[in-house]
Amino acid sequence: MEDRQAVLVVGGGIGGVQAALDLADSGCQVYLVDRSPAIGGYMARLDKTFPTNDCSMCILSPKLVTCARHPNIRLLTITEVQSVTGEPGAFTVQLKRYARSVDLTRCTGCGDCLEKCPVRLPNEFEGGFSQRRAIYRLYAQAVPNAPAIDRANCLKFTRDRCGNCARVCKAGAINYEEKDEEITLSVSSIIIAPGSEVVSGAVRPEYGYGRYPNVVTSLEFERIMSASGPFGGHIQRPSDKKEPKKIAWIQCYGSRDRSIGREYCSSVCCMYATKEAVIAKEHSRQIEPAVFYMDMRAFGKDFDRYIERAERQYGVRFVHARVAEVREDPETRDLFLRYATEQGQRSERFHMVVLSCGFVPPEQVLILNRRLGLPLNSFSYPEADLWEPVRAGRNGIFLAGSGQGPKDIPETVVQASAAAVKALPGALNYDAVKIADVQTEVAPMVFTAPRIGVFVCHCGINIGGIVRVPEVVELARTLPGVVFAEENLYSCSADSLEKIKNRIKEYRLNRVVVASCSPRTHEPLFQATVAEAGLNPHLFAMTNIRDQCSWVHDDPDRATEKAKELVRMAVARVRRQEPLVSVRLPVTKAGLVIGGGIAGMASALALADAGFDVYLVEKEAELGGVARTLYRTIEGDDIQQRLEEMVRRVMEHQRIKVFTGTTVRQIDGFVGSYETTLSNNERIKHGVVILAIGARYRQPEEFFYGKSEQVRTQKELEEIIARTPERLRQVRSVVMIQCAGSRNEARPYCSRICCVEAIKNALALKEINPEMDVYILYRDIRTYGFKEDFYRRAREKGVIFIRYTPEQEPMVSFAGDRLQVEFFEPVLETTIKLTPELVVLSAGVVAQEGAGELGKMLKVPLHQDGFFLEAHAKLRPVDFATDGVFFAGLCHYPKFIDETIASAQAASARAVTVLSRDFVAAEPYQAVVNPQRCSACHMCENLCAYRAIEVKLVDERQGRYAAVVNPALCKGCGACAANCRSGAIDIKGFAGENIFRELTALFS
Amino acid sequence: MAYEPKIIGFLCNWCTYAGADLAGTSRLQYPPNMRPIRVMCSGAVDSVYILRALLEGADGVFIGGCHPGDCHYVSGNYKTRRRMVLFNSIMESLGLDTDRVLLRWISAAEGKRFADTVTEFTEKLRQKGPSPFKTLWEV
Repeated sequence: MEDRQAVLVVGGGIGGVQAALDLADSGCQVYLVDRSPAIGGYMARLDKTFPTNDCSMCILSPKLVTCARHPNIRLLTITEVQSVTGEPGAFTVQLKRYARSVDLTRCTGCGDCLEKCPVRLPNEFEGGFSQRRAIYRLYAQAVPNAPAIDRANCLKFTRDRCGNCARVCKAGAINYEEKDEEITLSVSSIIIAPGSEVVSGAVRPEYGYGRYPNVVTSLEFERIMSASGPFGGHIQRPSDKKEPKKIAWIQCYGSRDRSIGREYCSSVCCMYATKEAVIAKEHSRQIEPAVFYMDMRAFGKDFDRYIERAERQYGVRFVHARVAEVREDPETRDLFLRYATEQGQRSERFHMVVLSCGFVPPEQVLILNRRLGLPLNSFSYPEADLWEPVRAGRNGIFLAGSGQGPKDIPETVVQASAAAVKALPGALNYDAVKIADVQTEVAPMVFTAPRIGVFVCHCGINIGGIVRVPEVVELARTLPGVVFAEENLYSCSADSLEKIKNRIKEYRLNRVVVASCSPRTHEPLFQATVAEAGLNPHLFAMTNIRDQCSWVHDDPDRATEKAKELVRMAVARVRRQEPLVSVRLPVTKAGLVIGGGIAGMASALALADAGFDVYLVEKEAELGGVARTLYRTIEGDDIQQRLEEMVRRVMEHQRIKVFTGTTVRQIDGFVGSYETTLSNNERIKHGVVILAIGARYRQPEEFFYGKSEQVRTQKELEEIIARTPERLRQVRSVVMIQCAGSRNEARPYCSRICCVEAIKNALALKEINPEMDVYILYRDIRTYGFKEDFYRRAREKGVIFIRYTPEQEPMVSFAGDRLQVEFFEPVLETTIKLTPELVVLSAGVVAQEGAGELGKMLKVPLHQDGFFLEAHAKLRPVDFATDGVFFAGLCHYPKFIDETIASAQAASARAVTVLSRDFVAAEPYQAVVNPQRCSACHMCENLCAYRAIEVKLVDERQGRYAAVVNPALCKGCGACAANCRSGAIDIKGFAGENIFRELTALFS
Repeated sequence: MAYEPKIIGFLCNWCTYAGADLAGTSRLQYPPNMRPIRVMCSGAVDSVYILRALLEGADGVFIGGCHPGDCHYVSGNYKTRRRMVLFNSIMESLGLDTDRVLLRWISAAEGKRFADTVTEFTEKLRQKGPSPFKTLWEV
């Protein structure tokens, strides 16, 4: 395909989609292959996502749509990889594309064929709770939106009968003759992002899945809750369609379970089960959710807060117990759970049971791995090196997402971006990069009378469940200038966007209002849609009737009233809106990376390998960051050795300029053209910034730390183990205290790495002296993913794990000069005193000093725990809201080395999407001066923080002066406009006149 | 029906508007009395906008910006703060009620603060009763 080198992405879930978008936005040609008739993967089946409770489809859908219409992406659905031959840079891939039997170029997605198909089959996407036809669409918002024929069940193919679909299709899109197709592609690299599969509900027969109708899997429950699901978002039992009152979630189903050969932890179930419990409770206050768990693994950013809120605010009951068995009462179909808590055996009645199913490598991944020749680890997932976390065992092939091991959405996205930057073809010609079309011409229709179209979104039940959408549409129809108004189930779905475009043409609309969610997330999508229909994207207004209306007001009358008024205001605003044109700003093709630890170095290397100059600034005299004081990973890697290799690569890289012992003094500019002054007074020019300033190990203040040599931190113990292990040979007893000073009021978050550190050190101690008593006092052991295996090994080696609760924290004291630890043993129900020689504290990780200062310099926000705050917790994990600034590693949140490197590479991938272009489009919202009104008072000149406005001689003949705006520098903040004493300045798109019109419309 | 005040909220795009969205994603309930108007920066809120809102019939005007130091446009919120001091002193010298205009810094991470602010401000205006400004306009 064409003259550029291409990349193949296998798997169209969120991982594959993100990788494809990053590559395509960097100017690369991408083939995105998926086995299904539509992309979207598992994320499309989820109802909401933790910890923000964002509607999954709402945040995914814009990405899918962008993917489908990206000029650099070619979607190949119902397609499988057959074989791969060749070498990195020149792979030949054989694909088999199965016949859809529906012509994608002809199908309008009207759905007439679906209704006329006589075949009824269980709908797998909906967990079998509803039916689909033999010609079907995977889900309502499917991308591509065209249905596919399931030939194995279609009467035309099985018995040569029927043919209804072809008869009713007005577009003539049905093609029974279509043949499967062999496709050969030449690609320079391959990303595999096939996702995981969810374990079958039947692996543990004692829970009754398949026999008892009211035992469902967690994925089935997502569909039960979903507004677009089989029950329309009403939570009901499959057996009798009644709303269940008591629902139990059984954790670790098919995970952490040696008896079925799944020893790893699936990493995401604790959080999604809690989310499902919370959302269930939101659906109906009657519901009493209970979660039966082994360890609550809330190890991510804001996860512990989410669990806390679930318990306190929503009344979710967390039961620390393993369920032995589920039995059904055959009459009521209720379920009895038999379980043992620390307090003994119990049996409890529930109305419904949800199995929190873990991940397994799907059959397809195994086949794919065999076809690609990738080595697997002992859990049958593809193996990856900790220091090259997205590189598969074969050169030129990269891994992303849960196909590589259990992962949540943000980690999948991080890995996908990382894989994208690694997969960039070496000789990519960035000059050829297509940038998204920026409207540079003003459509002539502006001067005609306004013809406004209003589209009001239901957002499933998110809006429609509270706001009476039809009433809002009725009101919109009566507003001046409105010629058309209608409602959409999901305005952002591919079919709705297509509909909006058609309406614009059909009704000759010249202005559009969408009343739906937040313009912060969805305005670009709708603007692009409007632009595709030939309108200037600024002849558009969006109003937020979800995040700031239906989600925050529970009174349907008043919420509807508010929504109506918001629509009234938006229509008034858009009526006089003028078309705007973006200015193009040049891009300096270099990056600044702040912080020279593992994250900073990995970012710099990825960026430099992609072909861009990098300035790497480190405040210490040496590169390496906190890793310089670490010795071994739990997997056994020698950190110092690997770090040395990394430092050498950085120092030797021709494109990287390293500044050690240097800090950043001042950063001026904006995306594309920054100018930074360093502490050595050197000035550097760059187009993007990556923050990788790391975090710090916390110095504990509790448990006599610092007062006694016998109380140490895990990090200090690691150093002793590495350097002077002989000192430990005589030690008989060690007590480790987890969460020391963490997960409390002062630091209400989990530091993620401490459990693994403690187990790593405990295993090392057992190695040094197998007779040593090692106790780990913990709240929850959070050895997620494959690290669970080390937890098992530690128990096998005789490390003693004892759980404590925050109400009964262990106490450390001195009996004479003997160290004494006192704690409550929950199983024996007794207090135990130990006199160890060493107490080791897992004291947690805290945010880096100076993060706030840097944040202020770049105008990027901090999270409440002091780490940086990403633009979106799920889908933009390494981006800031501010264009051109990205971040990586521990300044986001505590991380392991492989996670740190993946996030660093991800930040670079995002940076490349900026650097690969020659221009970025400036904010169209800019100050504009009316020289007739300007009195040249210089007030604006003094106020402008960007030095973007200046009083100049504008008319030489008359000697007239007026303020003039520099569009490259103006950010459209409006400081000048608001302070202009002559009222001569306005902000395009936010003109004072427009605001007055909104107010008048509201109060008239 | 009981008296319900109408509030106009000028929310800065980068902090307070995002904070209001976060109140939404966190499902924090607050009274539906405020009509938000998104502006790029609190510093862009001309005093005339506030007066116009009050004269058109708003019972209160809320302005939300980034915390001092956090302004996306370097110093727009400091300009807002200065302007509001001046604005209030003019209101006072005219004998007008300054309690009907509220300026608060609410960040993108402070959904709760946003919800609490709207709740408190609504309650305060409820107790004050309808604004006399609109009648002034009519005269």
